[in-house]
Amino acid sequence: MIPLVSPAALRRRGIMGMNERNVGYIGKYNPRRFYPLVDNKLKTKKAAQERGIVVPELYGVVEYQHQVRHVTTLLEGLESFVIKPAQGSGGKGILVIVGRNGDRFIKSSGVEIGASDVRRHVSNVLAGLHSLGGRNDIAMIEALIDFDPSLARFSYEGVPDIRVIAFRGVPVMAMMRCATHASDGKANLHQGAVGVGLDIGSGAAVRAVQHGELVEIHPDTQAVFATLTIPHWERVLDLAASCVEMTGLQYLGADVVLDRLRGPMLLELNARPGLAIQVANQAGLRHRLAAAAEIAEQTQEHDARIALARQRFGA
Amino acid sequence: MISSRTRIEILSGCLLLVGVGLMLYKVFVLGFPLIPGAYRDVWTIEGKISFKPAQGPVEVELLLPEGLAGWEIVDEHFASSGFGFDIRDADDKRWAVWSRSELREAATLYYKIQAYRLSEQGLADRSARPASEPMLEQDQMVAVDRLIEVLSAKSSGPERFTALLIQALGPNSTDPDAQFLLSTWEEEPYRVILAVLGRAGVPAYPIRGIRLEDGRRRQTLSALLEIYNGSEWVVFDPLTAKAGLPEDFFVWQRRGQEVLSVVGGRDSRLEFALVSNSLPARTVAVMEDQAEQFALLDFSIYSLPVEQQGVFKGLLLIPVAALVVVIMRLLVGVRTSGTFMPILIALAFMQTTLWLGLAIFLGLVSAGLVIRSWLSHMNLLLVSRISAVVIVVIFLMAALAIASYRMGLDQVLSVTYFPTIILAWTIERMSILWEEEGAHEVLVQGGGSLLVAVFAYAAMSSALIGHLTFNFPELTLSLLGVILLLGKYTGYRLTELYRFRDMGDPR
Repeated sequence: MIPLVSPAALRRRGIMGMNERNVGYIGKYNPRRFYPLVDNKLKTKKAAQERGIVVPELYGVVEYQHQVRHVTTLLEGLESFVIKPAQGSGGKGILVIVGRNGDRFIKSSGVEIGASDVRRHVSNVLAGLHSLGGRNDIAMIEALIDFDPSLARFSYEGVPDIRVIAFRGVPVMAMMRCATHASDGKANLHQGAVGVGLDIGSGAAVRAVQHGELVEIHPDTQAVFATLTIPHWERVLDLAASCVEMTGLQYLGADVVLDRLRGPMLLELNARPGLAIQVANQAGLRHRLAAAAEIAEQTQEHDARIALARQRFGA
Repeated sequence: MISSRTRIEILSGCLLLVGVGLMLYKVFVLGFPLIPGAYRDVWTIEGKISFKPAQGPVEVELLLPEGLAGWEIVDEHFASSGFGFDIRDADDKRWAVWSRSELREAATLYYKIQAYRLSEQGLADRSARPASEPMLEQDQMVAVDRLIEVLSAKSSGPERFTALLIQALGPNSTDPDAQFLLSTWEEEPYRVILAVLGRAGVPAYPIRGIRLEDGRRRQTLSALLEIYNGSEWVVFDPLTAKAGLPEDFFVWQRRGQEVLSVVGGRDSRLEFALVSNSLPARTVAVMEDQAEQFALLDFSIYSLPVEQQGVFKGLLLIPVAALVVVIMRLLVGVRTSGTFMPILIALAFMQTTLWLGLAIFLGLVSAGLVIRSWLSHMNLLLVSRISAVVIVVIFLMAALAIASYRMGLDQVLSVTYFPTIILAWTIERMSILWEEEGAHEVLVQGGGSLLVAVFAYAAMSSALIGHLTFNFPELTLSLLGVILLLGKYTGYRLTELYRFRDMGDPR
């Protein structure tokens, strides 16, 4: 017998389904014409910089195949960097170089690769291998995030990122995604990363879930999730809410990373944030979204909305 | 201002009501059958008269068929661009007459009927007539007499004589007189048979008609022979020497002279295109009785040429498949690779049959994946890689077709019904999915697509659904209404009840 939950119970808990998300939120609040801004990380970065939102530094861009040969000159003097497709989906095609060994580059996993491997990666990115719908793409070279050491113990190999869902300028729900050995250093929950639900009020961990099961400690680093509190939480929420104003998309997911020196930085935006955040928080989105709509009606003030949200959704 | 949801609900409701209402009207008032009953083969016979202009005014006369031997003519159409047209009744025969004062270039006239055989009865009996003496040259006369003498010695009566005569004048004949006669006659061989029968004193007349073959084009008029054996008329096939009216023979005319006469034209030809279509018997009857009375019937699919009817028969099934996809994706939550790829696969299954189609599809895709993984090592640009996959798929299809044909497995030839580009894209997507998400995701999405395709196939190949969509195309409106309504469905998907299984009421 396949274990199923009754739809009435889900409704009582306020769990949102895919159809409701598509019809009720994405279709209704996210006009299609604003999508290119979030689907293209280069555009997102430029728009964010204009508004003073902190993003990882951009070292350079490779746009055409003939530039691929000269990519090593672009990389000269860079000890560490990240190469990613501007329109990559699901964290695909990201090459992380953490250091150098003479002519060779050291990947985050410790494997050394040569300059030709880097060029081939860039060439694949341009051909659209990692991009939505296989379209031709642009390769971005940006600074490696020197992530906050207080969070390092919660992630295995990969960078832990914080996903905040904001609706009409109100932060609604948040989680941290921690890579594990099982997820191969990727922060995708369905591949086995741990999703840690975060309290909107304080940034403290509420509960952690791996493969749909509650967990207490990180399976690889043994860090206890109950001790996790996101530093600079106020700024994380502020950043997520600003993105709603920046993009015009009323319902979006902001992926934020914490840099040791520069604090919360916007990594990317998502116009169709997934539903897994509900599992990580063991809570439904529907009631919170209804409350967020009330808050948005109540005040136009950016900071007031965040304050009300922290009050309302905090533990 | 009403909300968009209410608007959609009202619109869907109207579409649903219109569709179902029209269907009920056709069922209860016009008597269309709601469930498929007995089917009847309705033949569409399209006659094409083509000729080149000669001097002076043009007059074309075509003898129209009467519906003999149980044949019923349902519908009759004439196309006569630029010609004056009239139907003339003379001696209880009907003639179509096209006329024009002057003609400069080659012309084509069309005459189309739809006919079916109501009963397997033979030709109505007719009174005896005397045999008619043929006009023969001296040397022909001698040969005919010698042939009659040889055959009479072997035969017991007019019927046996006729059968032997047909064999003697057939293609395998060795009789020198028969061969001489055939070589001196300029007309079709059955005329020789008629002449010999006439000389032998057996009353014999031709029956003109069409040998029915589905999908046949450029068919010409054929002839049967009718002889009087002293008590009744017996029909013979001049090709096979079989007695009796063949089943697949549409009788155009009995005993008359020419079917077509063209004055003021030359090189005239009369050719037929034939299509058979299986229609519910009751629908045929309804069409016959009421086509003129109800405008609604005039605008039904049945008013189209039969070839187009066949096309629509397939097209009208696609909304059903679309509904299956919508239900499976929105209500059940099955993940498929590509939104409508399952429909395309299901359409291919319609041609290949299910199990064979599944086997071919899985075989082609797995072979393609192996080759694609090899291609990916070559680090090609995307467009050339996909084009390479397309070419590889075509080669695989050809190889499969040739190999199976050699082994005598004709059914596998239907591999050509799989859309090549779709297969290539499937292989490409699956292989990218494999690299990025792993084999598990390939199985989930590939399996999902196949599952939906199988359901869509089951729906499309159901006799009841085929009958309903074809006879009540207005139901497509109802389907549209349902699909629009589902487009506003915000409830949970079945798979989400599993995904969020631990998120129910706190324990």
